[in-house]
Amino acid sequence: MAVSEIPPTPPPGSSPLPPPGPPISKPETAAPVTPELEKASRRAEARRGLFIALPSFVYLVLLFVVPLLLVFVYSFATRDATGQTVLEGWNLDSYRRLFSAEVLEIFVRSFLLATVTTAICLALAYPFAFYIATRGPRMRNILLVLVMIPFWSNFLVRTYAWRVILGSEGPLSQISQALGGEPFRLLFTNVAVLIGLVYGFMPFMVLPLYAALERMDWRLVEAARDLYADGWTAFRKVTLPLSMPGVVAGSILVFIPSLGAYVTPALLGGARTVLMGDYIVSQFLAARNWPFGSALSFAVMFVMLVATIFYFRAGAKTL
Amino acid sequence: MNEGTTPGGLAHRLLGLNAWLLFLFFYAPIVLLIVFSFNDNNNVGIWTEASFRWYGEMFQDDRVMGALRNSLVVALFATIVSTVLGTMLAIALERYRFRGRGTLDGIAYLPIIIPDVTMAVMLLIFFFQAFGILDDLLGIHLTSGLMTITLAHIAFCISFVAVVVRARLSQLDSSLEEAAADLYANRWQAFRKVTLPLIAPGVAGGALLALTLSLDDVVVTQFVSGAGSTTLPVYVFGLVRRGVTPLINAVSTVMLVASMVLVAISLGFQRGAEARGQRLADPEALLEEFSTD
Repeated sequence: MAVSEIPPTPPPGSSPLPPPGPPISKPETAAPVTPELEKASRRAEARRGLFIALPSFVYLVLLFVVPLLLVFVYSFATRDATGQTVLEGWNLDSYRRLFSAEVLEIFVRSFLLATVTTAICLALAYPFAFYIATRGPRMRNILLVLVMIPFWSNFLVRTYAWRVILGSEGPLSQISQALGGEPFRLLFTNVAVLIGLVYGFMPFMVLPLYAALERMDWRLVEAARDLYADGWTAFRKVTLPLSMPGVVAGSILVFIPSLGAYVTPALLGGARTVLMGDYIVSQFLAARNWPFGSALSFAVMFVMLVATIFYFRAGAKTL
Repeated sequence: MNEGTTPGGLAHRLLGLNAWLLFLFFYAPIVLLIVFSFNDNNNVGIWTEASFRWYGEMFQDDRVMGALRNSLVVALFATIVSTVLGTMLAIALERYRFRGRGTLDGIAYLPIIIPDVTMAVMLLIFFFQAFGILDDLLGIHLTSGLMTITLAHIAFCISFVAVVVRARLSQLDSSLEEAAADLYANRWQAFRKVTLPLIAPGVAGGALLALTLSLDDVVVTQFVSGAGSTTLPVYVFGLVRRGVTPLINAVSTVMLVASMVLVAISLGFQRGAEARGQRLADPEALLEEFSTD
């Protein structure tokens, strides 16, 4: 294959015909392909690829990799008397503070809440995705659209809706009072945050599960049934292992944002239910302790990384 | 679906029940919010009569309208830039082999995986530090504002656009591009006349995703916005933290309806692409991308 040395800049007013100027790819070059020519063409190809990728590469390094390193640097910095961060006197104080009782309590709470959220999402979404994947093509598409709409809808607004529902003047409270009961006291508790997290991140579980189940070769299930496996055995031995990639992907996609959640606890949680995301934000916007906030951010990222690797390993074993 | 692969009888009914209960769980809060936004009463929980009162107040509220304008400006720029950059990134990663490709591939996924709080912290420190350096070296005074919000939004939108476009590209037969080259089309012509029309649904899907992400973002925006440069979600977030008001219901409903219109447009693209015998790299493909291994 002949590769021309034309930079990927556009000729103005491109026509479907080749430009009448000097011929770009001469037919002769296509005939004898020597190793050197092939190597040169591969190099040119690599240059072109890098050239196309360069703007995004630079952008992501500048606004992603550099900031990540900055957070790392800041986590070792100190603060002056006014609370301003000074980039000197490097120390491990912020990391030491991670092991204080206050932080550990918040961390354990966040971790448990994220785990329970993931478990509930999985338990509800698996049969749900299974149901959608086993419908006819038309019904499947309609149901899928119905799942996508909340997925694409504004997260803040969806969380806010629960604040209205669970509030002391909300419909649940009114029903409870109409039945002669107590006014509803669920808002600003861990349960309210849990509901909000499950509601907010459920679509992240449904869609990968659905994708895995839909891609599955259902003839394998038929084969199991032909070999006298009952429905439950066929599910356990065939369907479940084959859908494991969806389970792993969905769990990660729910667990990670749950662990770092900020909007949900801020709107539905109370002062006694501070979560990790909440706590990090308060270090920056209220306490102005940037080094400690940076160390917290790094700790959260580290736990996420470990959880992800662990989960992928576990998922791979069952495959 | 063939007989024997789906559970029958009771199990089947339970599956159906679970599905419809979940749909109720998905939609009841949304429907409730919309209904209550038409409630005339000052009190959110007490229904008096239907009216457009709060919508009227919303349009007269300068702060809401100003925040809305900011949101739209930021989203427009962020979408355009991230769609162009993200598409280029997708093409480079999917169609070329070059040094540093693996690293770039990893970096490109980071913004999707890292939680938004961490991202917000990173960008806050970055802009603070960058402004300090610019001030010291060049004497340029910059502050956080719409520019920093837009730059931050572009940073996380690029990755999402790239994933969606890549999913589309990977489904395409590269022989079509080779055929164009054989017919003496130069690189740009082959891209314009062959590749771009074929990946257009993916690019459109990516752009809509970027638009939605930009319009919805609260956390990152809150960290990188300056005084007087609030976007609508950040403004609403601030209001909600102080309490529930009917005005917020109205604003929320508008935001909700806007995002639903975006889904409808996106699905319309999908329909159109399917009518031409193509499969769109839709948001589902984005999730398939995650679930491949």
